[in-house]
Amino acid sequence: MTDAHAAAAQMAARDAYGRLVALVTRRTGDVAGAEDALSEAFVAALERWPRDGVPDNPQGWLLAVARRRHVDQVRHSEVQRRLAPALQLVAEELSSASSPPDRRLPLLFMCAHPSIAAAVRAPLMLQAVLGLTAQQIGQAFLVAPTTMGQRLSRAKHKIRAAKIPFKPAARWSSQLHRDRLAVVCEAIYAAFTTGHRHVNPHQQGLALEAIWLARLVHRTSHQDPETGGLLAMMLHIEARRMARRDPQGRYVPLDIQDPSLWDRERLREAEGLLWQASHQRRPGRFQLEAAIQSAHAHRAISGRTDWVAIEMLYRELLTQADTLGARIAHLAALAEAHSAEFSYDRLLQLPKQATATQQAYWALRAHREHRLGRDPCASASWAMKLSDDHAVQAFLEERFGVERGVNPESY
Amino acid sequence: MKYAILVYETDAALDNRHSPEYWGAYRAYGALLGERITKGAALEGIDTATTIRLRDGEQLVEDGPFADTKERLGGFYVVEARDLDEALEMAAQCPSVKEGAVEVRPLMEMPS
Repeated sequence: MTDAHAAAAQMAARDAYGRLVALVTRRTGDVAGAEDALSEAFVAALERWPRDGVPDNPQGWLLAVARRRHVDQVRHSEVQRRLAPALQLVAEELSSASSPPDRRLPLLFMCAHPSIAAAVRAPLMLQAVLGLTAQQIGQAFLVAPTTMGQRLSRAKHKIRAAKIPFKPAARWSSQLHRDRLAVVCEAIYAAFTTGHRHVNPHQQGLALEAIWLARLVHRTSHQDPETGGLLAMMLHIEARRMARRDPQGRYVPLDIQDPSLWDRERLREAEGLLWQASHQRRPGRFQLEAAIQSAHAHRAISGRTDWVAIEMLYRELLTQADTLGARIAHLAALAEAHSAEFSYDRLLQLPKQATATQQAYWALRAHREHRLGRDPCASASWAMKLSDDHAVQAFLEERFGVERGVNPESY
Repeated sequence: MKYAILVYETDAALDNRHSPEYWGAYRAYGALLGERITKGAALEGIDTATTIRLRDGEQLVEDGPFADTKERLGGFYVVEARDLDEALEMAAQCPSVKEGAVEVRPLMEMPS
């Protein structure tokens, strides 16, 4: 079996697993219990399906193995006793319906409940719906696996003990549904950005898992425009992965990347999603972010970057989501589109305490100082100090003539 | 499912306890929750609190509340709710959310 087949079999196992965790959790309100009941069967599927092929009824296979183990081991714990009837009900549900219902969206909503700490929502979603281990999630989020494991089990304990509800989509008001969907989108985006913390562009963090989750949410939320925006934005960024480094491994900034290295298929899909979302006439943060990425991608056709359009999109984005990152990116676009001097003055007016640790702020500041004929060394060396990516450090060193390892305060 | 709604109040609110507005707000809250309240009590001020500990067989008695915080536990309700969302909805109506804070905790089932 080829690698692609093995990966597809593994994905089929994760897909069936997440569906079952949702169906069982719906009956019990207990994510940890559902995972526990299915874990051995899931491990068996991950091992066997890539080798023997995916069974005709993946969910039925997993559930049958899980129930057999359940009976075999005759466990007498409280959790096991509570689970047996739920597994029975889910088995009946699977055999009676020709296509069993997909309840993963309410499960994701449960994981994104406001009473769960924001930093745990994405890990929780990745574990419950995709079956990733605390080890895999911890690695991506740069958190020790044992710490991640503790955070996850604490959150799952809270879900059960405080009875965080598993609510079918039909019971949500449209405003609440949108609010919770926004939280889910943010958590997925947090998982996606783990890919950017890795120095090596071939290390993808959880970018592909995040794209997979976004597809799931987009489909199960009936093509909500914001989930479409999120997916489009991530596909745009992912499409440029290979262009972010030259063959020597050096960092290449977006505006001088070779567009022929961008992944055309991903770009096409992203553009289609954004187009479809914009037709619903309900703009939002993620659609705007996707539109900004799309404007950058347009250089592949026009040969130039339309900074005037990008600046306007950032201005609009700031009215929806006023974050420091968006403000810095807006000023970068403003300098390219209009006045470099004005942009630089606005940059200096950003709150000092918040910008002190922002790598993008210092990199942009060095860039502007360089263009305006001022000395960029102090800013550039702050930017270098705040980056853990050697390729970015080398890029700053070369462009601004800063020496590595020099204390920025000595300038 | 039973939840405790723990009412934390600012000193200013506690000083205001003898005013008609204060009791009016809590009476209205009590009426709003109605039969969903299974228990509840307002506590006397923290200047009436005594904290007791047993350390190495010795009983230590101290004047004052267990934790000296900005907001004080002023009272509590035990309510019946379907799930956490319903309990949070009930807690959000409590007068002390505006300046103090309200903590929601499920009641633990005692092992038999």
